Amino acid sequence: MSEEFMGYERPKGKVGIRNKIAIISSVVCVNRVSQQIANQIENGVAITHPLGCGQFGPDYTYTLRTLVGLGSNPNIYGAIVVGLGCENLSNKLIAKNIKRTKKPVEFFNVQEIQGGSAAAIEKGVKIGKEMADQASEIKREPFDFSHLVLGLECGGSDSISGITANPAVGVVSDKVVDLGGTSILPEFTEWIGTEHLLSKRAIDESVAEKIKATLNLFLDNTMKIGIDFRGVQPTPGNIEGGLTTIEEKSLGTIAKAGKAPIQGIIEYSEAPKSKGLWLMIEPGLDVESMTGLAAAGAQIICMTTGRGSPCGNPVAPVIKLCGNPQTCDWMASNIDVDSSKIITEDKTIDEIAGVLWQKLKDTCNGMKTYAEILGFEDLAIWRCSAAPFQIFQSK
Amino acid sequence: MKNKFVIMNSEDNCATSLTDIPKDELIQINGNNIKINHDIPMGHKFALKNINKGDLIKKYGQIIGIATEDIKVGDWIHIHNIKSHYLERIGNE
Repeated sequence: MSEEFMGYERPKGKVGIRNKIAIISSVVCVNRVSQQIANQIENGVAITHPLGCGQFGPDYTYTLRTLVGLGSNPNIYGAIVVGLGCENLSNKLIAKNIKRTKKPVEFFNVQEIQGGSAAAIEKGVKIGKEMADQASEIKREPFDFSHLVLGLECGGSDSISGITANPAVGVVSDKVVDLGGTSILPEFTEWIGTEHLLSKRAIDESVAEKIKATLNLFLDNTMKIGIDFRGVQPTPGNIEGGLTTIEEKSLGTIAKAGKAPIQGIIEYSEAPKSKGLWLMIEPGLDVESMTGLAAAGAQIICMTTGRGSPCGNPVAPVIKLCGNPQTCDWMASNIDVDSSKIITEDKTIDEIAGVLWQKLKDTCNGMKTYAEILGFEDLAIWRCSAAPFQIFQSK
Repeated sequence: MKNKFVIMNSEDNCATSLTDIPKDELIQINGNNIKINHDIPMGHKFALKNINKGDLIKKYGQIIGIATEDIKVGDWIHIHNIKSHYLERIGNE
């Protein structure tokens, strides 16, 4: 029997596993307006952030690409982009880009509505309710896993993560890829020390070279501004948990990406160019990373956590796995899959991967993760702050 | 509690503890007894073989570092006796 999940059909062959209306702030100044609109709409979700003005260069590009990507994610039925009116990241530009997905998109500026924020909220709620009514008419249908994009994340790692939860996620990632789907491994600072292994898995020589070149460029350039990035990992918490070297930590991290061949490297929040396993350039803060994964089109994220983490995402459901028995006990309301049974009940990695696979299908079919039940919708956009740092440093 | 430790790959010369293992505990590995020489906290590693100073330490069947002193079978392996092989290699390039 072929594996299927029940999803919502979107234009251009895309499939969502949630049916949300996104209220996207183009700039920090209207976050409360967006939030209050979202609060009054069935399945409304506010995409709010502290950026959108006074940004330039790659910093601006990341914010634009991320907000467009989040609105374009198939879990979003339709989007309303709320602007203020004087910011440099225009709501019209965000809306125009999301419209390429052919989904319903509306936009307005708060400064252009007589009556200020109260009138803007009223306008947003009216549009949003109409969208929500249309969205509710779409019913779930069966789709194969070639429509799924899975994001791979880890946070609060201990050395148990790398030997329990991460390899189990690796098995599931390989299964999604085998079924014709897509999987994305972010957090490139945590690949450092495993370049030789990742490049061996590249589909061709140019991808292998790009993996090595990307990491070398990063290490060289950070060295130039006086930062030795290789000294940052593992963190004091990782060391206390038993990890000793950067390569030991990285080997545990890349275990999430299983054994599948690597198709290529994408930029932060950029959509993969084909099916299969992709690497994403992103420096390793969980919430920024998961925001980038959802913006790249991941409808679902698996996050392993040894020491425990409550984070969620506004667009993509986040399934948490934990291999540490004490954390599974102490933070039970944040852990969806208890992979500590590898330790406590003599289960194998494959058996835990089986449990995760079922959880992944259930979540795709509409079952809520703990982060969703708790309403944890964390969002952060990666900032390219090195440029201003250099500008303000004297020689 | 069943598994007290895990060996990720048959080529590894260290194991990772899945529970706090006290000093002097005897552990059976492939029919051989290993005496644990230090308290090993959960998630930390101990040596499965004698490892000489300068030898490579392997986990996942891959190199995770170099021994900075002689390590005896059953010894705790942590930042006091292992350093990054990767950083060493980069530094020599």
